[in-house]
Amino acid sequence: MDIIKAENLIFEYKRRDEDGNIESVERALDNVSLDVKEGDFISILGANGSGKSTFAKHLNAILLPTEGTVWVDGMDSKDEDKLFTIRQTAGMVFQNPDNQIIGQVVEEDVAFGPENMGIPTEQLRERVDEALKTLGMMEFSKKSPNRLSGGQKQRVSIAGVLAMHPKCIVLDEPTAMLDPAGRKEVIRALRALNEVEKITIILITHYMEETIYSDKIFVMNKGKIAMEGTPREVFKRVEELEEYKLEVPKITLLAHELWKKGIDIPECILSDKELAEALKKLV
Amino acid sequence: MPITADHLTYVYGGNKNLKTTAVDDISVSIDDGQFIGLIGHTGSGKTTFLQLLSGLIKPESGTVLIDGEDIFAKNFDLHSIRSKVGIVFQYPEHQLFEETVFTDVCFGPKNLGLPKEEIESRAIEALRLVGLDEGIYSQSPFELSGGQKRRVAIAGVISMKPKFLILDEPTAGLDPAGRKEILGLVSKLCREQNMTIILVSHSMDDVAEYADRILVINDGKLAIDAPPREVFNHKDELESYGLSLPQVTKAMFRLKESGIPVNTDAITVNEALSDILKVLK
Repeated sequence: MDIIKAENLIFEYKRRDEDGNIESVERALDNVSLDVKEGDFISILGANGSGKSTFAKHLNAILLPTEGTVWVDGMDSKDEDKLFTIRQTAGMVFQNPDNQIIGQVVEEDVAFGPENMGIPTEQLRERVDEALKTLGMMEFSKKSPNRLSGGQKQRVSIAGVLAMHPKCIVLDEPTAMLDPAGRKEVIRALRALNEVEKITIILITHYMEETIYSDKIFVMNKGKIAMEGTPREVFKRVEELEEYKLEVPKITLLAHELWKKGIDIPECILSDKELAEALKKLV
Repeated sequence: MPITADHLTYVYGGNKNLKTTAVDDISVSIDDGQFIGLIGHTGSGKTTFLQLLSGLIKPESGTVLIDGEDIFAKNFDLHSIRSKVGIVFQYPEHQLFEETVFTDVCFGPKNLGLPKEEIESRAIEALRLVGLDEGIYSQSPFELSGGQKRRVAIAGVISMKPKFLILDEPTAGLDPAGRKEILGLVSKLCREQNMTIILVSHSMDDVAEYADRILVINDGKLAIDAPPREVFNHKDELESYGLSLPQVTKAMFRLKESGIPVNTDAITVNEALSDILKVLK
């Protein structure tokens, strides 16, 4: 079963003049069709303005298609009766943790989502604790979010979504504002949620090295899906990615350059571990 | 003339129990035309340090000397700093506000009270330096792409003709091509205009590639002050500060651990490439 399915999705931003007449139309999504299997870890790459965030906002009906259809766990995103179920099924986490944390205390913040869903108090406690434990933030449950590091704040945001028991979490550049340790923390947490809790992860990022563990990568360019495949299939196409204003992880680039020099290693290497194994055979 | 921090200390919070020393006795001197990479985890004191360097806040003790003058001395005119030290804050495009790109870039020099011709020639020069062509001068800055907006914001700071340019994570949220574009521009300003650059970044790869000296701040203290190659050989120390290594340096450590006799001081892809090729020959 596909947790997310988009068919011929088109979205246009319309600019209107003062009288409400349409002044110009910009097509942000141009005939996007894609499926995401439940339980997959998906990454979406693309230059600024390629349509990634616009697409992400379709996954929990913040935006509705101009044409085409998006199904979230089988529900048409245009179906107003299903709006709350859709938002609970596909939770979203954004770039700046400071803009999404509202509670004065960590556990209060995490409880905000499920509380709004009308979860009874006794279950609320259970859900909040469970989410905080999963994200390794239990010891901070009574602390003020202001005292946390960027990575910890972002984990609180993720816990808040997790407490709503979503099947899918969509993250729009969750590491863009974090320091190296914070980035590592968040990516590790996402991989654990995917592997242990079997939650579908859709990660939008500009950091190529964060995507090497994905089951599948989609590359967007000018509102279209330009590439789709496993990390190895996508990062093999070094030159094409550059055309889309992207790059490959530095390790992959290094290995690619060695390969071009005629060194007998696999054409596409994703991690330093793989590189070490390939080179060990040659020394 | 250099910019010098002399035993600079800054303490937040009035209440005794809540006091945090954000900047703790930092002394450092930065020479003209240097490209400095400033790294440290969130909350390490980087931003407070920059605010002190640019005279936005006053230190608890110690001082800053710009061109030999104590900027916190009683008779010092702090206004004069604004045209010497330019700051590009995080997400600078959020500070764009004028109706056109050109008037936005003119805003700074206009506030310096310069004659109109001087204001406009400075704006044109700044926009040229950041690589924006005349076609967009009359456009609204809000209609531009993310990378373009950021370049307009940087032009607005450059039009003040600062000697020192401080940039706080100027590439956050940009795609790889946009990151390269902005860092290429900053490095051009350093080389061609002899501007002193202080770049704050969470990307070890970026500072490794562009900076010629790195300052590592941890717990408000200056923990390491060295050229990139040397800094990134302090693997364990950096990790204990919540920082990491450039991707290739990390790989070189990995290769060495696996028994491949490479050096671990490569910090860019090209250096690593020639080092590995040497070992394989």
